[in-house]
Amino acid sequence: MKNIAAFAVGLLFGLGLVVSQMTNPAKIIAFLDIAGNWDPSLAVVMAAALGVSFLGYRVVLRRGKPLLEDAFHIPAKTLIDRPLLVGAGVFGAGWAMAGLCPGPGFSSIASGGLLSLGFIAAMAAGMKARDFVKL
Amino acid sequence: MENFTPVSAAIGGAMIGAAAVLFMALHGRIAGISGVAAGVLAPAAGDWAWRAAFLAGLVAVPFAAWFAAGDRPPFEPVYPGWLILLGGVLVGFGARLGGGCTSGHGVCGAARLSTRSIVATGVFMGVAIAVTFLLRLLGV
Repeated sequence: MKNIAAFAVGLLFGLGLVVSQMTNPAKIIAFLDIAGNWDPSLAVVMAAALGVSFLGYRVVLRRGKPLLEDAFHIPAKTLIDRPLLVGAGVFGAGWAMAGLCPGPGFSSIASGGLLSLGFIAAMAAGMKARDFVKL
Repeated sequence: MENFTPVSAAIGGAMIGAAAVLFMALHGRIAGISGVAAGVLAPAAGDWAWRAAFLAGLVAVPFAAWFAAGDRPPFEPVYPGWLILLGGVLVGFGARLGGGCTSGHGVCGAARLSTRSIVATGVFMGVAIAVTFLLRLLGV
């Protein structure tokens, strides 16, 4: 049941990415390129996603526990530390170069083919590399 | 700004938000794709299948759209392939080091009003805009 539910959530998430065209690198870069023909669509996507999740979380988190697990798994860290800042900076640079972030990487395989698969393999390598760097 | 698509952006964004809420209601977890994917790479007992299922859902949608509509969603790379691959490495490394990506920090964390997530989102947005400007200056 947990797996079927996760698949369904992935479908809905992916549908949102496809509908909003966030699986197209040109669309992402058109948002980041403020000196070019600027396209604010990504900001609207983020704002809509944020609005819905902000309201939805308020309802959901009031319950004692989630439907399929015994407890909520909410990140407990609150410290603004160096890994957070360096990590976000490195992530932002990579996001700009690829025009893809993790979700759209997976949801663009149908269209991007080898380029999307290459991005995912590179991302996996980067994730593994993090384990070997002391920061 | 003639390429601005506010309606599909709002509808798609609302779907992403709904997926995040649903995931919290069902699994009690943040719908952060880099975190979900990292757990597939470093599997823990009983913690692998739902992650793979989530990613399979992400992968399946555009294939379904392709078969239903006969058209694939548009995919237009802007920069050369090597830059996209280098970007991929940085995306993976940075997301793990920073504890999240566009979905985990930018949507879910910010929706929880987590200061860490709001700061991370500001940093990666700012750096991404600066790097894009730099790539434009370099003529890539």
